[in-house]
Amino acid sequence: MSSNKTIPHSEAAALFNKNEERVNWHDETLWFVREKRDRSAHQIPEWELLRETASQIKFNVLSNIHDYLVEFESNAQKNGIIVHWAANAEEHNVIVHSILEKHNIKQMVKSKSMLTEECHLNDYLTNRGIDVIDSDLGERIVQLRNEPPSHIVLPAIHLKKEDVSETFHEHLGTEKGNIDPQYLTESARQHLRDVFLTRKAALTGVNFAVAETGEFVVCTNEGNADMGAHLADVHIACMGFEKLIPQREHLGVFLRLLARSATGQPITTFSSHFKKPNDGKEIHIVIVDNGRSEQLGREDFRNSLKCIRCGACMNTCPVYRRSGGHSYHNAVAGPIGSILAPNLDMKKNADLPFASTLCGSCTNVCPVKIDIHDQLYKWRQVLVKEGYTPKVKTIAMKTMATVLANPTVFEIAGKAGRFTMKNLPGLVNNKLNKWYDQREMPEVPEESFREWYKKNGKATKGKNDEQ
Amino acid sequence: MVKQLKEKMMSSKESILQKIKQNQPKELNELPNLEPLKESELDVLEQYKSVLKSIGGDFVEVSNYAEITDFVKEKFDTSKRILTTLPELSEVANLDWTSDDPHSLQDAELILVKAHFGVAENSALWITDEVMGQRVSTFIPQYLAIVVNKKDIVAKMHQAYDRIGNQEYGFGTFIAGPSKTADIEQSLVLGAHGARGLTVFLME
Repeated sequence: MSSNKTIPHSEAAALFNKNEERVNWHDETLWFVREKRDRSAHQIPEWELLRETASQIKFNVLSNIHDYLVEFESNAQKNGIIVHWAANAEEHNVIVHSILEKHNIKQMVKSKSMLTEECHLNDYLTNRGIDVIDSDLGERIVQLRNEPPSHIVLPAIHLKKEDVSETFHEHLGTEKGNIDPQYLTESARQHLRDVFLTRKAALTGVNFAVAETGEFVVCTNEGNADMGAHLADVHIACMGFEKLIPQREHLGVFLRLLARSATGQPITTFSSHFKKPNDGKEIHIVIVDNGRSEQLGREDFRNSLKCIRCGACMNTCPVYRRSGGHSYHNAVAGPIGSILAPNLDMKKNADLPFASTLCGSCTNVCPVKIDIHDQLYKWRQVLVKEGYTPKVKTIAMKTMATVLANPTVFEIAGKAGRFTMKNLPGLVNNKLNKWYDQREMPEVPEESFREWYKKNGKATKGKNDEQ
Repeated sequence: MVKQLKEKMMSSKESILQKIKQNQPKELNELPNLEPLKESELDVLEQYKSVLKSIGGDFVEVSNYAEITDFVKEKFDTSKRILTTLPELSEVANLDWTSDDPHSLQDAELILVKAHFGVAENSALWITDEVMGQRVSTFIPQYLAIVVNKKDIVAKMHQAYDRIGNQEYGFGTFIAGPSKTADIEQSLVLGAHGARGLTVFLME
């Protein structure tokens, strides 16, 4: 994709914020989805029990994941599925490419998979002469624009009808200026139907993989994963190893939570269970680590592996809604992405755990009860300790610590500060003051509390004693 | 080359599993009891109907296959390709297609199949390759119709999986409503890649 150079979140967010109307619209659109989630959740009296149960199942998975993976592989193989293991993104890409090479396939249709975004699979394959077409409508739109998805469930949520219309006019030859979503979707339907009917290989993600049965489940609303997989000779499914659940009956818990948390729907339109390849066809599963085993070993952050990628934390996050998914420069944006990203690359993603107000809204909506805002807070401490935070912030914090620890210095600094802000406001209210960047400075009081207390404290105390 | 790759992949498997074993939490976490989640006071049929409507699907209550045949004649263009796996519907639909190349279903106007059962809380219908004729058949037609017995509607997903149990299938899917997307400014459009409409025949 085009974003090779990383712009820090705060700077990227500042750019996004230049168009106030667009930011407000983005904010409202995502809040609309969050409200749909609330309505849907409130219709289930046992919602909290459901969340707690899901969280406990995932706890069980995390503490037995080794055995479940072995069990899953063996059952999948018994079903006739070919299983591959990839330690990192590079190995994942090599495996996918080698499967295509083996069958001499140059064109592939792809359903949504954030894992392949994480591994930059499209670039890898394109550079090797493979034509990859994303078939989820939102992903197709951003692919034509040469952009990454900005949201894991709603990949083109940052775009308006006019943007899509322009893109489709340019690439699919739709009528210029026609912004009717029905018309635009119909055009994409025709274009992608042709793709589905001609591809010999289809790649999908995996929402859940069941250890007990060796099957895996793919959820879509459009039916694009199924159109691709059932019409192709080769189906490649890529999954992070944390997608595993113990038994088939546990799907009942997660399928109830996933779509309700994501978009407020009672369930996705299609929840497809792939167990065995059809006669003469192949199903491959690529099980990917890419840093996940390391995250499993970080006690404070391992809960992030419970994530089922519903996107609820993004839709509710006041920072995500006002900064846009691209500002997070990571395949998974928003609160959960900000926990996963530093595990992948601490230096490159040190800014992300700070892209949060720590308000806790993400934690409240998470269907598997990940302590998201606590983990963001913990990452901040790790990153500061490891020296990955900006120098300006470190110096400012150290200075503040000195001032607060010494009463005399504190008094002098307070007096100087009050004098400056009152008589020379320009010295404080300027671009050099990082605090002023995003805030109004307070009005200055005549005297500090300590000064006031020196004058009035005793008198007040006496009064109180009399009563 | 292939041998090398195979060896490399083998060693990746071992190293991933070893690292996981080393890093996974040591405390024992038991699987939770799912029984309390099964309690329900839903009026299953009424719930099924109202959820189906709310997600863009439609239903027709029928007492026999002849009524379905009449409905299809009246509401669909029978000059176009109509397919089914149900012998009872042979008057309006072709039965001889299940071993054709799946790509040849691209011009199907309507496909009618039967579901094993439905789920009231989300109006999903459970279908496996035993009843779908071809795996792509419930995705590729312009319109989809599914027959389900009223007595085969269960309350929630937990009952659904109880019913599926250890059933063997190569492919199975829950279908809830027609194919849809809201990827363009959250405007809901029915008929993204799959069926533009879903009619559920609720049979006595």
